Amino acid sequence: MACYYMSKALAAQGASIDFVVPYSAPHPDINWMRIHNATGLDPLSKYSGLGAYDSKNVATGELSKADAKNLKDIRGIQKCYVKYVEKLVKTINPDVIHAHDWLTMEAGMRAKTITHAPLVVHVHATEFDRSGSDHGNSLVHEIEYQGLMMADKIIAVSGITKNIIMNKYGIPGDKIEVVHNAIDPESLNDGYVYDGRTYRYLEALRADGYTIVSTITRFTIQKGLTFMLQAAAKAIAQYDKLMFLLAGDGDQRDELIELAADLGISDHIIFTGFIRGKQWRDAYSVSDIFVMSSVSEPFGLTALEAAHHGNALIITNQSGVSEVLDSIYKYDFWDENKLAEQIVSIAKSPELKESLQKGVMREYNRISWNDAATKMMKLYNSTRKGIES
Amino acid sequence: MNKHGIVLYLHAHQPYRIRKYSAFDTTYNHDYFDGSDDDSGFNNEQILRKIADKSYRPMNALLEKLLNKYPDFKISLSLTGVFLEQIEKWAPDVLESFKRLVKTGRVEIVSETYYHSLAFFYNREEFEQQVEAHRQKIRDIFGIEMEVFRNTELSYNNDLAKWADDHGYKGILAEGWDPILDWRSPNYVYKPVNTNNIRLLMKNYRLSDDIAFRFSDRSWSSWPLSADTYNDWVNMSATDKSIVNLFMDYETFGEHQWKDTGIFDFYESFVGKWLNNPANTFFTVSEAVKTFEPVGEISMQNTVTWADTERDLTAWTGNSMQRESLRYIYDLEKDVVNSGDVNLISDWRKLQASDHFYYMCTKWFKDGDVHAYFSPYSSPYDAFLYYMNAMRDIRWRLRGYNNGGSK
Repeated sequence: MACYYMSKALAAQGASIDFVVPYSAPHPDINWMRIHNATGLDPLSKYSGLGAYDSKNVATGELSKADAKNLKDIRGIQKCYVKYVEKLVKTINPDVIHAHDWLTMEAGMRAKTITHAPLVVHVHATEFDRSGSDHGNSLVHEIEYQGLMMADKIIAVSGITKNIIMNKYGIPGDKIEVVHNAIDPESLNDGYVYDGRTYRYLEALRADGYTIVSTITRFTIQKGLTFMLQAAAKAIAQYDKLMFLLAGDGDQRDELIELAADLGISDHIIFTGFIRGKQWRDAYSVSDIFVMSSVSEPFGLTALEAAHHGNALIITNQSGVSEVLDSIYKYDFWDENKLAEQIVSIAKSPELKESLQKGVMREYNRISWNDAATKMMKLYNSTRKGIES
Repeated sequence: MNKHGIVLYLHAHQPYRIRKYSAFDTTYNHDYFDGSDDDSGFNNEQILRKIADKSYRPMNALLEKLLNKYPDFKISLSLTGVFLEQIEKWAPDVLESFKRLVKTGRVEIVSETYYHSLAFFYNREEFEQQVEAHRQKIRDIFGIEMEVFRNTELSYNNDLAKWADDHGYKGILAEGWDPILDWRSPNYVYKPVNTNNIRLLMKNYRLSDDIAFRFSDRSWSSWPLSADTYNDWVNMSATDKSIVNLFMDYETFGEHQWKDTGIFDFYESFVGKWLNNPANTFFTVSEAVKTFEPVGEISMQNTVTWADTERDLTAWTGNSMQRESLRYIYDLEKDVVNSGDVNLISDWRKLQASDHFYYMCTKWFKDGDVHAYFSPYSSPYDAFLYYMNAMRDIRWRLRGYNNGGSK
């Protein structure tokens, strides 16, 4: 999704883009760039069967040993992607190669070797973020390390990500530029009107004076939800009129359900399961407070979506999006007491809630893909000059 | 000298299982128990019809046959109110066959809660309401009064015995658990401690479970169990004793142990062999307590049930999800009862069925096999979430009356 709006903004600033996707699907709405399909795969398969964005499923094999014909294996798809890019760059002569995350880094490196064009590696998340630990998949770490080393310039989606790249991969800071993600408010202005029906139970409680605190996320360790539940219990002990909406699913779900019961707060928590469409939009709309509790979040676009829907935001200092917003409460992901205190103070003070909601509503609108594109165009040009001189 | 008697007691029950009731059903759909468009274990009607074919019809036919053939054959049954409701709706012929059994005068019905609940441990008043509702149901259908009590899942403690004694019951049933009995045998009538008139019958769990759990277990050293062998065991156990209490789920016959395991033939043959010995007979539960004097007093301070290796309530109350949902549902008592809304009260009581909490059990080890077999849900966590969503809907319905149940 980030690539969609990013490429659109870049094209508007005069960039000519060839975009290689690892699947095949028509994109009739995209007319600002040429889309190349590296494989014949259905785009949905990357979410379901393969879990390509989930590096846990990656075998620790070598790319050279991967079978490009075996598209059931993510390494096979990557090899296929590399072969496609190798052929493509020989015909299109790029001025700059832009690779996103580990999945396309190998192709980026090959393209640089063939064309001698500068390589820009765009880091949306590292394996440290995805695994939520210092471990993760060693093969993915190695690909990331190679890509970061070979890049002429690196784009990090936040200062947090830049620090990870410097500290964990030993890359010098002056090679890394921070370009925060943005949100296209137009994409959310699709005629959606909140009718208060989906979460009628919560709306009734709201009318009784309850404050609704939500988070919409994957239930994985990276998201820091166990800390959030501990904080919820502490908040409820101080102030009873709180309901928490935990929307999403993931391998930590059962643990969270059990933890809430252990804490004696099941009654204050609604688990919706995975949501999309209207249920997803309405989850923001029914909420007063949105919490992003991530242990490590390169950016955190959902916070901007929550801001769009008028939520007061509480975001961990470990989430990149906290760098671009001022009218929010911040805390360290492990600091349960602080989060509890922040929730209670917002719930108790309508004035505070309103000022946070209005403040962030102004701020999120200021963050635009155009500004991001301007930064990136400048960065492309700097890499080109570097090569020519 | 009295004959030795088998006290055969079968417990028939089917809960109203909660369908996949999501957070988005809450406040809109009150049909928690209507999984009729589902084919995967939440469809109560489909399940009832299936078990009627596999168990209730063939077993009642066998019981009728045995009653006709052997004047000494007798049994005791407990039929929960929610089970009777379901056969009234979906298998009326089964209900008729139960009526015929009771009419023989050699089939006794045992008193219990209508909703198969654990209300005794949470709300005494609610518990008594459910016991009375069950008495009334049995009166309406069979025209009889009951004299012996059993609590849900054979849960029992001294307080329950005292309650039953105070309420005029002649007998009460419990698990014959070793730590309680110690050196004593379950094959006698006992007197519960601190009671006046009531008598206690304790399940001979070894001989009961040989049929109920182990009968078709191919890894069991005694598999396949023949009627002769089993008859020898029971005769041995009964020697110099009064009774052998064989207590088990009715659905053992045909549902837990399928027809093709030979369970029906085994049972028919065993009854014949047992009665072949002129020293042997059968007793119903009330006959047993009237026939024999108690040989001693039994005290159970802590609650004992017939489930799992622990024989306690942990299968229903062992984890925090179970304790949370039990707390929430019983917290609603005043508001629900005061609403006077009979549908609401009935739904709330159906949500008290112990089965719902059993499905939330996370003891997935030795006992887990049994739990998994009896649960229609893919996990105890799903069972818990559906339950909470339905419980919240009950609260939503209460808002129409008294704004009760705040959350």
